[in-house]
Amino acid sequence: MSRKFWGVIALLIVLSMVVGACAPAAAPTAVPTKAPAAPATKVEPTKPAAGGEFTFGVILVGPYNDHGWSEAHYAAGKYAEAKIPGAKMIYVDNLNPGAKPGVTVPQVVDDLISKGARLILTTSDDFKDGTLEAAQKYPAVPIINVSGDQAWKDGKDFKAPKNESNFMGRMEYGKMIAGCAAALTTQTGKIGYLGPLINDETRRLSASAFLGAKYCWTNVLKKDAQDLKFKVTWIGFWFNIPGQTLDPTKVADDFYNSGYDVVISGIDTTEALVEAGKLAKAGKQVWAVQYDYKEGCKEAPEVCLGVPYFNWGPAYVKAIKMIQDGKWAQYWDWNGPDWKDIDNPDTSAVGFVKGPALSPDNAAKVDQFIKGLGDGSIVLFKGPLNFQDGSVYLKDGEVATDLQIWYMPQLLEGMEGPSKS
Amino acid sequence: MLTAWVPVLLCCAGLLITFTAGLWNIGIEGQIIMGAIFATGVMRAAQNSLPPVPMLILALLAAVVGGGLWALSTGVLKLYGQVNEIFGGLGLNFIAGSLTVYLVLGPWKRPGIGSTSGTQPFSPSLWLPPAIQGVNVSLVELLLGLAAIILVYIALRGTYFGLRLKAIGKNLRSAFLLGVPTDRYMLAAFVLCGALAGMAGWTLVAGTSSRHQLFPLISGGYGFLAILVVLLANLNALWSIPISLFFAAISMGSLQLALQAQLDSSLGGVIQGMLVLAVLIVGGLRARLVARRR
Repeated sequence: MSRKFWGVIALLIVLSMVVGACAPAAAPTAVPTKAPAAPATKVEPTKPAAGGEFTFGVILVGPYNDHGWSEAHYAAGKYAEAKIPGAKMIYVDNLNPGAKPGVTVPQVVDDLISKGARLILTTSDDFKDGTLEAAQKYPAVPIINVSGDQAWKDGKDFKAPKNESNFMGRMEYGKMIAGCAAALTTQTGKIGYLGPLINDETRRLSASAFLGAKYCWTNVLKKDAQDLKFKVTWIGFWFNIPGQTLDPTKVADDFYNSGYDVVISGIDTTEALVEAGKLAKAGKQVWAVQYDYKEGCKEAPEVCLGVPYFNWGPAYVKAIKMIQDGKWAQYWDWNGPDWKDIDNPDTSAVGFVKGPALSPDNAAKVDQFIKGLGDGSIVLFKGPLNFQDGSVYLKDGEVATDLQIWYMPQLLEGMEGPSKS
Repeated sequence: MLTAWVPVLLCCAGLLITFTAGLWNIGIEGQIIMGAIFATGVMRAAQNSLPPVPMLILALLAAVVGGGLWALSTGVLKLYGQVNEIFGGLGLNFIAGSLTVYLVLGPWKRPGIGSTSGTQPFSPSLWLPPAIQGVNVSLVELLLGLAAIILVYIALRGTYFGLRLKAIGKNLRSAFLLGVPTDRYMLAAFVLCGALAGMAGWTLVAGTSSRHQLFPLISGGYGFLAILVVLLANLNALWSIPISLFFAAISMGSLQLALQAQLDSSLGGVIQGMLVLAVLIVGGLRARLVARRR
């Protein structure tokens, strides 16, 4: 008898702890002031009235507040909510083997759809396979894999069903600007690139940063290209997963301690900038270029040269409007900056915020560079360019096509670091 | 919810054996991983030469061997190397984990890609079909899990093997003096547990709603979760069935926390941990009270 009795006591203790822990926490976060009964009853009508509410589901690979890639998507969801009356985002963040090992994309899509989502955005390259599986499972639900290419008819991996689309920003320009700012600032002539994993996307983005750096080093500063070192270190995933990836904090430290005084971040999170901030406080002259999220510099503004960022909001709005207007058709978008104003939140898919650590003189040079990119007087994916192994990428005068840029098989000549794993 | 249930159930079945023998098989996570690695290895090697059903069976056998061998190493380390199974198991967990990272980034990497994200997913013909349309688990997985736990229940209750394991668990020295070949039994307990953990690893690469690939951390903490379940069930095989279901529900249901109540989904783990702690504390208190009354 007593065992049962104690078992019940134990259960009661736990329940009281759970209730005790949740009640105060839930109250401030729940948006409406109505008690917990409200959401339970609200779930019932999964088919919202036409024209009224539009629920869209977003799946994030990292935490929604990572000050990087995932937060940029979260912000875009909020932007869409603000721009489209009745639009409502539901999201699941931290979907990665480190945080949610047993959970797959199709499972989360199940959940989001059962909560009434009529559009799903899976916002990571890591969700490519899972998105395809989910899209095949729910042929009636539009689903977008951000940064993917499976819906690109001219691409090399076109296999998405009609309900799956892709979009991506032309971050190549953002990275070129980042590279330029780094080259203008470095005192040692050594730039480190903190790379995530190796694939087409990361190869072309690191190559873009290198091209921007090389241009500003040789054409603006008039220095010898031989004196510029550009090294890429890949950690193995989009952000740190202890035991699984290299520790980005350590990689950044290694860069700074071996004479690389500017590190350009290519990962989802802020380690490079944070480490630069710490070392600068200890008296070292170092800088970093952040990535992904507009407010990324905030972690350590005093060493931040700037942040090339994604402005996903307009692409979110486009997708939702297509569905609301009944005009959904498979598409693949590679959205560029609005050269009239690359920081226009309503029109530009890619932007660059200059950081406080960028000197006014260099800031002016960066602006010149942006202007040149915009008016077409500076074209960096233009031959002669060789791959790392010396083979020809672009012949003299040849300008790369989208296919040649997107599917970058190797790093470029002059870059240090592995092209493949 | 059923997705997580089967691997946890299989691990529970294994852990019941080792716990009965008084062994703390912390290395179960590594044994799951080795099962997954062996299964993946077979499925990669025979990708085009075998039809799906024999291939999956072969992979299952490989997983059993992989998990069993890994557990055997823990046992050998304990019996012949004087390494406590907790530390040995922990060490072997790390080695198995690093091995997946090496394989995923090295020999088994996807062409042109250097990511720890995982190996090339298996073709859909190698995904176990769902039991009923819309359910996230296959009949094979469910039967495997339930059969394992029921067989272990019978073995521990009604056989000499179970009795001797119990004797070892209660008092190793007197069991030895009474003529139980303790070393052999302890190794057997490890191997059986590892084999069941290996099966769990197989479900994680072949299961209906698995990721259909090998990736680092594939064990997903299911082995540790099973330790909690078995502790909570007080080493009772039948009770571990509903408790593992409940825990799997919390694990998977925690996804809903963020969607429904805007709570962080890691709260699920907190609830599980608190539950076990509370039961253990209450158990301890009870023992103290009883002792005082005497």
